[in-house]
Amino acid sequence: MQEPSAQPVHAHAPPKGFLRNYVFSLDHKVIGKQYYGLGLLAVFIAMVLSWIMRFHLVWPTVGVPGLEFLSKAGAPGGVITPEYYLSLMTMHGTLMIFFVLTNAPFAGFGNYFLPIQVGAADMAFPKFNMMSFWVTFVAFLVLITTFFIPDGPPISGWTAYAPLSAVGNDAGPGLGWGQSLWAVSIAIFCIGQLLGSLNFIATTLDMRAKGMTLMRMPSCTWAWFITACIGLMAFAVLLPACLLLILDKVAGTSFFIPSGLVVGDKLQRHAGGSPLLWQHMFWFFGHPEVYIAILPAMGIVTHVLITSMRKPMLSAKVIIYSMMSIGFLSWLVWGHHMFVSGMNPFSSLLFSFPTLTITIPATIVTLIWLGSLYGADIQINSASLFALGFISMFVSGGISGFFLAQPSIDIYLHATYFVVGHFHMVMGVAAIFGIFSGTYFWYPKMTGRMMNETLGKLHFWFSFIGTYCIFMPFHYLGLVGNVRRYSTFVDDYMAPYLPVHKFISIAAFITGAGQFLFLFNLIYSRLRGKEAPANPWNATSLEWSIPSPPPWDNFGGKHPVVYHDPYQYGVKGIKGDFVMQDSPELIVEE
Amino acid sequence: MGKLFGVILALIALLSAYPIVTHMYVQPVDISTHGHAIDEQLSETMAEAGISFLAAQLLLAFFVWKFSNRKAGSKVTQIPDGAKWMVAAAFILVGTEVLTLGVLGQKAWADVYFTQPEPNAMQIQAQAGQFAYYFRYPGADGKFGLLHPDKIDEGNGNYFGLDPSNDLDARDDIVTAELAIPVNQEVQLRMHAKDVNHSFYVRELRIQQDFVPGLDLALHFTATQTGKYEIVCTQLCGLGHYNMKAYLNVLSRDDFNKWLKQKASEQ
Repeated sequence: MQEPSAQPVHAHAPPKGFLRNYVFSLDHKVIGKQYYGLGLLAVFIAMVLSWIMRFHLVWPTVGVPGLEFLSKAGAPGGVITPEYYLSLMTMHGTLMIFFVLTNAPFAGFGNYFLPIQVGAADMAFPKFNMMSFWVTFVAFLVLITTFFIPDGPPISGWTAYAPLSAVGNDAGPGLGWGQSLWAVSIAIFCIGQLLGSLNFIATTLDMRAKGMTLMRMPSCTWAWFITACIGLMAFAVLLPACLLLILDKVAGTSFFIPSGLVVGDKLQRHAGGSPLLWQHMFWFFGHPEVYIAILPAMGIVTHVLITSMRKPMLSAKVIIYSMMSIGFLSWLVWGHHMFVSGMNPFSSLLFSFPTLTITIPATIVTLIWLGSLYGADIQINSASLFALGFISMFVSGGISGFFLAQPSIDIYLHATYFVVGHFHMVMGVAAIFGIFSGTYFWYPKMTGRMMNETLGKLHFWFSFIGTYCIFMPFHYLGLVGNVRRYSTFVDDYMAPYLPVHKFISIAAFITGAGQFLFLFNLIYSRLRGKEAPANPWNATSLEWSIPSPPPWDNFGGKHPVVYHDPYQYGVKGIKGDFVMQDSPELIVEE
Repeated sequence: MGKLFGVILALIALLSAYPIVTHMYVQPVDISTHGHAIDEQLSETMAEAGISFLAAQLLLAFFVWKFSNRKAGSKVTQIPDGAKWMVAAAFILVGTEVLTLGVLGQKAWADVYFTQPEPNAMQIQAQAGQFAYYFRYPGADGKFGLLHPDKIDEGNGNYFGLDPSNDLDARDDIVTAELAIPVNQEVQLRMHAKDVNHSFYVRELRIQQDFVPGLDLALHFTATQTGKYEIVCTQLCGLGHYNMKAYLNVLSRDDFNKWLKQKASEQ
């Protein structure tokens, strides 16, 4: 813990010049905003890609004017080809998982608020921090480059299963340079995340202010800390997996390619590799990644809800312990993505049990949220609406996971739209609701301006009703055996269900359009929003004890001292209903 | 606004449950001997998950409806020992579900994967390649010829890479693009991937299994109803993935024998 007398106030001098202030900044707040901005850019690109895919699925022969400018070969006359559909799908998934769901809730908000919430002037390693963002930005550029090379983006999905991803263009377009650049991009991304995770862990453990014990950290700080621990393990496995894939592609090795393959009429000159090795390495990262996306959102939502309810959770500690259990179990369950992959069927049972067990801590957290709402005085605003919407989405998406965790049911539902509905709801929409909730909550602190509440609430209703209209029917389609990752439904079996797909597509266009309200609100409120006071929500944690926006060294050269648990709401005998964490006011327990 | 949230969420929850309760979307008819266990498992999970879904969503809707933007001066209250109750409830309710469904599920899974085929199960080899399936019957000798990847020549119909001039076992192998099987006859499918990962998914058979290059897998099943059913690929295999399908033709024993004889004469 940081001792006031032993530590310098700040690790680096105040920034000078435009580049140090806004581009290569060492300030965790600027870096947090950079991560958030990159996530915002990626989410809108990925959303437009999903629009194109949803349009093509239901009107496969109708051209979209202007689409041929994206790729002449991929969309001749504005009608996308089957291979280009898969390219867009791969890019949608990769952008969303890596550059949105990892960047915004963890790296974005975490960078900005973790040091402030623990009472530090910056991250433990500011230069590493700057590096981690710029490395991530390079990864983003490398990925986007695939749109503009003759080979095009890869067609192997964000999961990049070998040998499809490993044998090059013999297996199809996008699998040569496109796939190699994808692997390079993800490898670089892993380096950024590993640096970031180390920084989060070191800052949490070593930079806390006086009085900030571990159990006095707010729920979101705990969530970022646990996420960093998960990320350190997960990305440390994905990085070598990508390196091995690159070697298979460019150096003639055979880590993932067995002998005797005839691809595109050519006998491949590889021998001895295992396609399942890629799947194991990929999902060892891939499943923890789900929690890398959702845990920060759980922490943020808990933080926002407590402030909105004007009372503490039934137990903040139980939520933290449950998040730890989820984090730990997330390492033991990767094989549930591979029940029908051809791995030993005994392993399926071994992976199924911890997967089902994860439901217990997840249910505990949900019940604590629900039970805490009882008797609360919920202040409804955009931030709390999205937090409440998060609980609803988390429940809906989580419950469908209970089906897929059972290998026997997975035989039927694997690779159907049921899976697509499940993960979009629980790690996509729920995590994004967490990001929205955090944005409406912290925007005043980050910019010094309040966001427009009317636009915020309108944005919530578009998003909440819209996402249910999109993703609930996905589950129904999965139940009838609608297979995913098809660019067109050509068979008679699917014909009766095409109207459902049309409904989903139209809902996706409307819901997506609603997101521009959010974008507009972000820009409009920055320019015209009401000036924000230091503590607009009457909240208790340290970020609300400093001006909005915070000074460059967070606490204005002072060392905060923490006296209380983070959530002292509904306190009797005190003027107002809350006590700030750094307020020396004595709290008398009943 | 809190009341509106409560009403809309309750409506969403009820409307989401409606198609399930009214069986608007259900899996197609089961034509396998093992499928009923999977279907039972699915419907039991659906019942338990459905109740949990409705209970959680409706409680959330009700609490937000009742406890939002209350009159000034309203006291906030806390459920006494609330956290203990919630933890106990989660352990008891979900723990029971995990144990019961986990155990039951093992049985349904074991029926498919931990049982051995009967010695008289019909042997058929399935090969998946971009973007077609081919099937091979061993012919009168009951033996499959060896595969030689270097001899694969799709232009000349040698999809499997057989070498009939040097390999006696391969001479009477029957290669087809359709999977025909006799009804009520156990079949052991030997799965071979030619190039990349593919999958064998027959909804009505309640069977889904990946083809893995370099790893020949075996799967056994019995179809109980005649008819023609779609075999589709569910593992992303390239640009033609959406169109990679074949048909499973379940025939009466006589019809199957005639079909096989005809296919043998066409080789």
